[in-house]
Amino acid sequence: MSRQTRDISFGDAAARNSAFQDQIKGDKMEINIGPSHPATHGVLRLKIEIDGEIITKCDPVIGYLHRGEEKIAECMTYNQFVPYTDRLDYIGPIHNNVTFVLAAEKLAGIEVPARCQAIRVICCELARLQSHLVGLGCFGMDAGALTVFMYTFTEREKIYTLMEELCGARFTTNYTRVGGLQRDIPDGWLGHVLKVCEAIERVNEECDKLLTRNRIFYDRCVGVGVMSKEDAISWNLSGPNARGSGVTSDLRKDRPYLGYENYDFDVPVGTKGDCYDRWLVRVEEVRQSIRIIRQAVDKMPEGLWYNDEAKRIFRPSKDKVLSSMEELIQNFMLVTEGPQLPEGEIFFEAENPKGRQAFFIVSKGGGVPYRLRIHGPSFSNLSCLPQLMVGALVPDIPIILGSLDFVMGDCDR
Amino acid sequence: MQDTTQSASIKEAFPWLNERPSGDCAAFNCPPERVPALMLSLRDEHGYKSLADLTAVDWGLEASPRFSVFYQLYSQERNEYLRIVADCTSCVEPAVPTVTHLWKGANWLEREVYDMFGIDFAGHPNLCRILMWDEYPHHPMRKDFPLAGIEAPLPGEDVIREEILDGQTQVAPMAGGPFVASCGHTMSKAEPRAKDQSWSEKKPKL
Repeated sequence: MSRQTRDISFGDAAARNSAFQDQIKGDKMEINIGPSHPATHGVLRLKIEIDGEIITKCDPVIGYLHRGEEKIAECMTYNQFVPYTDRLDYIGPIHNNVTFVLAAEKLAGIEVPARCQAIRVICCELARLQSHLVGLGCFGMDAGALTVFMYTFTEREKIYTLMEELCGARFTTNYTRVGGLQRDIPDGWLGHVLKVCEAIERVNEECDKLLTRNRIFYDRCVGVGVMSKEDAISWNLSGPNARGSGVTSDLRKDRPYLGYENYDFDVPVGTKGDCYDRWLVRVEEVRQSIRIIRQAVDKMPEGLWYNDEAKRIFRPSKDKVLSSMEELIQNFMLVTEGPQLPEGEIFFEAENPKGRQAFFIVSKGGGVPYRLRIHGPSFSNLSCLPQLMVGALVPDIPIILGSLDFVMGDCDR
Repeated sequence: MQDTTQSASIKEAFPWLNERPSGDCAAFNCPPERVPALMLSLRDEHGYKSLADLTAVDWGLEASPRFSVFYQLYSQERNEYLRIVADCTSCVEPAVPTVTHLWKGANWLEREVYDMFGIDFAGHPNLCRILMWDEYPHHPMRKDFPLAGIEAPLPGEDVIREEILDGQTQVAPMAGGPFVASCGHTMSKAEPRAKDQSWSEKKPKL
């Protein structure tokens, strides 16, 4: 198939109006969007300078949702911090839990059993579905297609019900612990997961049919918010935004964790890096996530769902605590002192739904990190706005923001 | 575990770098003034195309050097990380040269480090606060900044409501509050009641 490429230079605002050059007075206007505005999906504020309808300067202002999570992390044990990670990327909270404990386990140098890994993979992919359903729905809504938003949110609700069965909470999951999980999966849960996957697959195809070849949607997205491959790397974009620009990078393939190398899945990559490519990448990632979940459910291993060897890291089982002195002391020490991790500096990144989420732990030993750095994917994905917005039209703002699929909790931390 | 071939190849190219103990990837200490040249070479000649993260650590009031800036580089070709650490020479006015001319993404990362730690990035095009508001006087991630916060003036008169006293941000009430520990101390010593003797069962909470 031959590929058609378009050369669209949006950089020079005046060039697009060359025919009317003499009629332009040249006055620029500054407008302010947000921090509370439906198009900004959270508390993002954009200071925009416009020349007529064309944006000539964009200055994002963030920090409205800054809660000092890094500071809080220095004052509590590793397991106490797990619920705080729910509040980072709160669209797919369970993935933050998994990424954080993976970082702590890397510091401890322990591995979890195969069953635990498989459960975590299902959780991660469910989080990806959750996040992409919101991302796709909101993107559609920003482009004026409200129906898609209703469809995807109905399906997302079903994933919340799965989470409720799994850990008791619908939204703030707090499911993982260093060295294992909060508890094993409930009976019959895997069957429910498969049913929900089927429903999501159907709706994803429906949204695909509704919008991907929709002339109005196509015209609004193609060629808007173009990010080249080199720029995407330089801006440190990650996740679907980087892959939309043609960066073939997915940590699940590049540096497999949780046994991702045993699953068969493809990584979709865009070619032009515009909003339309980012849409296509997310639609395809939903399909791939469902594929991974089906494989994980199929070969769900039997066995323990926590690391039995890590005595000073994961709590002993309840019946042993109640019947044996040794385990009682162990349980007491774990609850009061936290999981005992060694000294060291560890950097761990995982492929979160929004992109690469990184935890950098500086430990001086013991149950509390000396410094915990959280690098949210949305922070880097938003930092490119001053470049991405320039040359776009004012009606393109919601499209570009919707296509970046950011979440402010992750950006401001 | 540390990849020996990776650190050996970096060591060979830059014999003046000091190796640094690390739990995962190769890590090196680098004097701040040589950071931009080193980064340029690593990016263009050694394939570390992307800057995955840039952050800082405060080693405490008594430590010297007090602040270190951590650069996490990532190579897409070899799927390897590399950590470069620059210890700031001054503890009072810590500064390192900027790398914004090498990676556009470093712009916001350096602003965040400046905001949180007060480290100056010489040559940064727009070094202003990013998460806190512009007039905020403190650097919250420094170790001498308490968890509960310090009173500080609010950004402007338009955000000051009547119920907020003196137009100041308030210190979080910690008595009976969250159970917090800190690195190197046990939880039992860190219980709020152990810290704040003014609070007791008979007296009402603050």
